[in-house]
Amino acid sequence: MAEKLTLNLKELSKRTEGLASGHRACAGCPFPAIIKMILGAADDPVVVANATGCMEVVTTIFPYTAWPVPWIHNAFENAAATISGVESAYKALLRKGKIPGNKKIKFIAFGGDGGTYDIGLQSLSGAIERGHNFLYVLYDNEGYMNTGIQRSSATPFAAHTTTSPAGKVIPGKTQHRKDLTEIVAAHNLPYAAQASPSHWNDLIRKVRKALSVEGPTFISIISPCVPGWGYPEHMSIELAKLAVETKFWPLYEVENGYYKINYKPRNPLPVIEFLKPQARFKHILNRPDLIEEIQRFVDERWERLLWLEQRKPEENK
Amino acid sequence: MKKKGWKELPEGAIIPAAPTSPEFKTGDWRIQKPVWNEDKCVHCLLCWLYCPDSAIKVKDGKVVAFDYEYCKGCGICEQVCPPKIRAIEMVKEEI
Repeated sequence: MAEKLTLNLKELSKRTEGLASGHRACAGCPFPAIIKMILGAADDPVVVANATGCMEVVTTIFPYTAWPVPWIHNAFENAAATISGVESAYKALLRKGKIPGNKKIKFIAFGGDGGTYDIGLQSLSGAIERGHNFLYVLYDNEGYMNTGIQRSSATPFAAHTTTSPAGKVIPGKTQHRKDLTEIVAAHNLPYAAQASPSHWNDLIRKVRKALSVEGPTFISIISPCVPGWGYPEHMSIELAKLAVETKFWPLYEVENGYYKINYKPRNPLPVIEFLKPQARFKHILNRPDLIEEIQRFVDERWERLLWLEQRKPEENK
Repeated sequence: MKKKGWKELPEGAIIPAAPTSPEFKTGDWRIQKPVWNEDKCVHCLLCWLYCPDSAIKVKDGKVVAFDYEYCKGCGICEQVCPPKIRAIEMVKEEI
C-alpha cells in the first residue's frame, strides 16, 4: 500500500515533469496532462506499453520520443498482451536473481478507446483474466481521432463522426456508447475506476490506489479531443469537468466488486450543457427528442450506479 | 537532428536515449501566447499541471518561466488560472 494516496501539486511537481516538450499532440490536447498525473503518481519506476493511437503516434515520431520512461509499442490490438509479456519477463528475472529482489517496477499500459473498447478488447480481457500485475489506463476521446475521426463503440449517441455523418438520413451515430468500465469490472478484478483530468486529485488518488494493489487494475479517463469533438482548444479541461458535472462521465470506482461513486454533483447540470460547446452535436441542438434520449441514457446509468453503490463491504455496514 | 542513413539506424526502431522530442520545437504552431504576471501569481501550479506541452517551468514548487520554444498557445493555462487571480493572459502573437 502506498504511504498516502493523495499528493498535492507541489509534491507532484517534484516527482515528474511529465512528457517532454516537443511532442506533436494538437494544441490543447489533454492527454499529456493525464500522463503527467500518472507518471507523477507512481512511487516506483514504471515501464509503459502503448497501443496504437493518437498518444502513441504524436509522442513517438521516430527518431523522437517524448517519454521519460521505458516505453514499448507493439500493435493496435495488443498493448495489454505486450505489457503481460514484459511483466512476466520481470517476474522470471526476479526468480532467477537477475534483478535484485527489492527492485520494484510497475507496469502500465495506455490505450485509446479504439485500442481498448474495440480492437484491443480481447487482449485486455485475457491479460486481466490471467491476473498479471499491471495497470491499464484507457484515455477515452470517444472515437478514432488519429485516423480522422471515425466512430468507435465509445462514441456517444447522435455524435457526428466521418463514419456516422449527421445528415438527412441519420442524426449522427445511431447507437449508444458501450460501457467498458462495466465490462472490465465483470472480470472481478481487484480495482477498476473512472476518472477525469478536471478532477486531478481524484485521478492521482485512483492511480496510486491502482498501483498499490496486487493484480490487474483498470482506470478509464475521459480525454476531450479538440478536432474530434470540435471546440476551442482552451476548453479541454472545462469540457472534462462538464462531462462530470452533467453525470455524463460518473467518477466511480469498483474495489473487489464494491461500487463507490467518488463525486456526486450537488446541482447536476442537464446534459445539454456538455453537448452545447461541441460541434459534433451541433446538429441536435434543435432536436429535443435526441437530447432527451441522451439525458435518459445518462440518468439511467447514474441510477444504476446509485443502486450498485448500496451494497457495502461487511466492515462498513 | 541530422538525418541518418539506413545503415546507421538502430534495429527495431529503438530509441536508446530518451526523451529526444525537445529537439523538435513546436513554438511556431502558436497564434496567441500566454503572458504571465509574476506579481499576481500565487503558484497554485494548476497551469503547470494542465500545460500539455510541459512549457511551464516549475522550480521548488514555484512557477519560474514559460518556454515559448514549445508553447503551442492553446490557452489552457489562462483557462485554469483561478478566476480571482488571473495571472495569465493570452495575447495575439506578433510576427
